Amino acid sequence: MLAIRTEGLTRNYGSLCAVDHLDLAISQGELFAFLGPNGAGKTTTIRVLAGLIRPTAGAAFVDGLEVSRNLLQVKARVGVVPERSNLYSELSLRDNLIFIGKLYGLPRSQWRPRADELLEEYGLAGRADSPFGALSAGMKRRLTIAAALVHRPSILFLDEPTPGLDVQSARSLRAAIGALRARGVTIFLTTHLIAEAERLCDRVGIIVEGKLIALDTPAALCAQCQGESALELVIPSPTETLLSALRRSAQITSLSHAGDSLHLSVRSVDSALRDVVMITQQYGARIEAIHTANPSLEDAFVQLTGIAVEALQSSKTPNTRGSRG
Amino acid sequence: MMLAQLKRAWHITVKDMRTYYLKPPLISWGMLFPALMVLAFYLRDPSDIRAVVPGLIGMTALFGATSMEAVVIAFEKRIGAMERLLMAPVSPAALVVGKAASGALFGTATGCLVWAVSSLVWGLPLAVGGVVLTVLLGSVTFSLLGVLVSLLVREVFDAMTLSNFFRFPMVFLCGVFAPLAAMTPALRVVASALPLTYTVDALRHLLLDGTGAYFSFGVDMGISAVFAIVLYLAALKLMYDRLEDLI
Repeated sequence: MLAIRTEGLTRNYGSLCAVDHLDLAISQGELFAFLGPNGAGKTTTIRVLAGLIRPTAGAAFVDGLEVSRNLLQVKARVGVVPERSNLYSELSLRDNLIFIGKLYGLPRSQWRPRADELLEEYGLAGRADSPFGALSAGMKRRLTIAAALVHRPSILFLDEPTPGLDVQSARSLRAAIGALRARGVTIFLTTHLIAEAERLCDRVGIIVEGKLIALDTPAALCAQCQGESALELVIPSPTETLLSALRRSAQITSLSHAGDSLHLSVRSVDSALRDVVMITQQYGARIEAIHTANPSLEDAFVQLTGIAVEALQSSKTPNTRGSRG
Repeated sequence: MMLAQLKRAWHITVKDMRTYYLKPPLISWGMLFPALMVLAFYLRDPSDIRAVVPGLIGMTALFGATSMEAVVIAFEKRIGAMERLLMAPVSPAALVVGKAASGALFGTATGCLVWAVSSLVWGLPLAVGGVVLTVLLGSVTFSLLGVLVSLLVREVFDAMTLSNFFRFPMVFLCGVFAPLAAMTPALRVVASALPLTYTVDALRHLLLDGTGAYFSFGVDMGISAVFAIVLYLAALKLMYDRLEDLI
């Protein structure tokens, strides 16, 4: 049975079409990622599916229920982790979870035990009586996820769960998402982090300007990068002029880098290698390591969307206000 | 279903009281301002203070009920907490009730406190049931007015400004300081369109044996109830219209 289905789902904000005739079918227990730049329509899709906003056209179904006709029933079945960690600063962690339990109609006998169970599970038991406002960003994010699970939803929506977190917090969040999936919870997450989508998800949908342009498993999307290969280089402190020169090479279709590590999508390894060696020598740079790699989801994303990976990463900065993404 | 929604509304009320009811706007506008007004009137003419006690109770309930209620939705929208409430299976009707009830309870509590102190100090009648019912009904109306204001604006400061735009004229036009009979006919027409008028008028019946009252007690309570129903429906309509703006 399908957990989530949309048929021609469209949502406009005035003259802007945020989601454009979206057709999706997500199975129960699936971990699905919506990948796209800021403003692509990811958050809008989650908001329609969670019953927070109404579609302009088309229909959305959650657990077989049409969302706009069964708002309260749908809200009772899903958990939503919004982009903002928006619990109550003045209330303690435990009281926040107890309040959420009350809103979802949990029996009184379960309010505190369920809150304590989640605090334990998410490593927050030691801070149970601290006010939410006093937590670090990572802890706030963990409690926001815990709050979405108080009523044991069968479907969980996560809107950009990891931006703004330190490496350890992001890693523990990914572990928590994996544990939920193992329990059979259907997870629909939006992200602009390609590695996150590739590592976590069964299937990935790529959305740009409201349109779904690809939908498949990460492996199948990578396989679509026919004729593409990849090179991984280590160049100490690469300069912007060097990176620009490499990008201008006709053999290199995309380039991304993190510190000294460069990832290049290339048309032909032989020709690209010659270009890379020539350009690095020309700019006085030194190649410390080089190896070929299979096309990644990043390569597939660039090929399918024509959007540079850097543009995708920089389009999203951790924020405190909501957005119509 | 309806009972479940009412329970959720009550949980929102309790949470709002715990979260917001020791915040500076409520202390300054909901408690200090009415207390200073009582003191000012007492110092001006201690012998005449009994005559303005019904007005002071009504005014205290007005400021107590609206001071937080007028800003709370705008504030929660700004911090993202309205989205949190809208994500939960809570109907807009329950949301309006939950939000308005906290203001109404606070207005009732502060209004009744002024009445209790006045009764002890100046020997006013202890018509407990009637006064509590009158102040509660008035506070429900004022709190719903606060919810309306909060839904109409985008920012907290706008809510404060807009709420004072109707609160201060009401204080001077609703028989708080002078009975309606002493007003010009044109001002009486304006006063009859404002909910505080009927709360103060009803309290004149209960505490001053009808001295200075203009309408009958039944009319006061009936029109207050009509105000409460109309304002609830208006707040609910606005809540439905603005649901997506609250996220």
